[in-house]
Amino acid sequence: MEVPIGLKQNKTTTARHKGMSEPLLVRWLLTGIALAFLGLFLFVPLAALFSQAFEKGAGAYFAAIREPDALTAVRLTLVTAAISVPLNLVFGVAAAWAIAKFRFPGKSLLITLIDLPFSVSPVVSGLIYVLLFGLQGWLGPWLDAHDIKIIFAVPGIVLATIFVTFPFIARELIPLMQAQGNDEEEAALVLGANGLQTFFRVTLPNIKWGLIYGVILCNARAMGEFGAVSVVSGHIRGVTNTIPLHVEILYNEYNYAAAFAVASLLACLALVTLVAKSIVEWKLKASG
Amino acid sequence: MKGFKIVGGVLPGFGPTLGYTVFYLSLIVLIPLSALVFKTMSLSWHEFQAEVTSSRVLASYRLTFGTAFLAALVNAVFGVLVAWVLVRYRFPGKKIIDALVDLPFALPTAVAGITLATVYSGNGWIGRYLEPLGIKVAYTPLGILVAMTFIGLPFVVRTVQPVLEELEAEVEEAAVCLGANRWQTFRRVLFPTILPALLTGFALAFARAVGEYGSIIFIAGNMPMVSEITPLLIITKLEQYDYAGATAVASVMLGASFILLLTINLLQWWSRRYAER
Repeated sequence: MEVPIGLKQNKTTTARHKGMSEPLLVRWLLTGIALAFLGLFLFVPLAALFSQAFEKGAGAYFAAIREPDALTAVRLTLVTAAISVPLNLVFGVAAAWAIAKFRFPGKSLLITLIDLPFSVSPVVSGLIYVLLFGLQGWLGPWLDAHDIKIIFAVPGIVLATIFVTFPFIARELIPLMQAQGNDEEEAALVLGANGLQTFFRVTLPNIKWGLIYGVILCNARAMGEFGAVSVVSGHIRGVTNTIPLHVEILYNEYNYAAAFAVASLLACLALVTLVAKSIVEWKLKASG
Repeated sequence: MKGFKIVGGVLPGFGPTLGYTVFYLSLIVLIPLSALVFKTMSLSWHEFQAEVTSSRVLASYRLTFGTAFLAALVNAVFGVLVAWVLVRYRFPGKKIIDALVDLPFALPTAVAGITLATVYSGNGWIGRYLEPLGIKVAYTPLGILVAMTFIGLPFVVRTVQPVLEELEAEVEEAAVCLGANRWQTFRRVLFPTILPALLTGFALAFARAVGEYGSIIFIAGNMPMVSEITPLLIITKLEQYDYAGATAVASVMLGASFILLLTINLLQWWSRRYAER
């Protein structure tokens, strides 16, 4: 399963003759309907989000963000991303190297298994760790006897986050490295470079932009994951709440302005991710 | 496949990278997932059947899969339209709009959930115009449709868009020369070409909507039998310490994910073969 989160490859649209387009009125109508659809589902909600966040003024906005529970949530989210993204980065590079540069039996199966976390419901992703490490789970009694807490604690949140962001970087790198082929690496080896030199001096510069975008996307998902983290966190306010869980609590307490203020942080992260994608696509186009 | 022909050819590092890949995959994905499978198998068949076919659970399947199907259908129609407009027409702000199509991928689901619930509630920016028409969106199954449409929105656009971009102008020219009008050209020439990509996008949007939790629970109302989706039911059971029930229902969801994953792989294989012809 290839989820279309990837970067667009360079393409030039073919020029078309005038007779092959629709009449002006039809074009306007189709564009209008498409924009109305996107407006109802994307633009209006996005504008409403920021409007709600500042509904009670900038003072209330910054107060909601600087509140101690919010700061703890921000800190936990940053810690979670700081652990899960590098782990998935190392995995993504290793998996992409093995899959894109070599042929071996079982490769399609391996790719399918890497995609699994994309297709599993976030709730199920959280549940499997509860079944493993929870008190009722396989390792629960042993962990409890040794006073190690994983579920309803930070390690569980980190594990669930690693699971849901697992395929992102690998999935970004595999098509890129396959398209580039092996010629440059082989030339480097013939010229006497060793494996690591070849990777750092030849492969890495070639996949740089795809790698950066993969990390940004993985990070955005790691900071924003809700369902899986919600199952394993236990919702202990000021202890095991990440930013999205904090947003949920504020919203359920009818503290809408604060909920949207904190949510707007995550929305900014999403917008930065989209801008980064556009920049990386532009860089790829310029270099390709 | 442009990979190297022989295993372990000239390039080094196959053993360690593949070894690490399989190790990490097992540790993070396969072993935890197998915990769900084994836990399900520890239930007796009678227990399992009672859990996954209780009336409340069945109602949640109908709601989740039915609404996800409708949402994927909405996205199929409008996704093709959006992809068409983005590829073929020029209008101001097109680049920004194109980039924003990915927003549902990037925006955390909880943020999407509270935003959609607010916008589509009775006094929200959009809801206030729908309520006088007798259309209630938030806290009804219709709200679930809105949330599922939102999170599935990029899939059809992003699978169909590259196919439309790559389409050779000659194919359409030939149709025009043979006397076809625009609509005939679309129906007989363009539509069959984008069909595999469209079905792939449809299946991806459906799969995403079926498993979705965060963006739905805020807008759904979450009434048992009426607006309670299956992922929420799993969490409800878990919170009541009904581990057997949660596991049984989750294993049904996992089975559905597997079937969808295989279907999508087949569709993508078909699209690729179609594109190479």
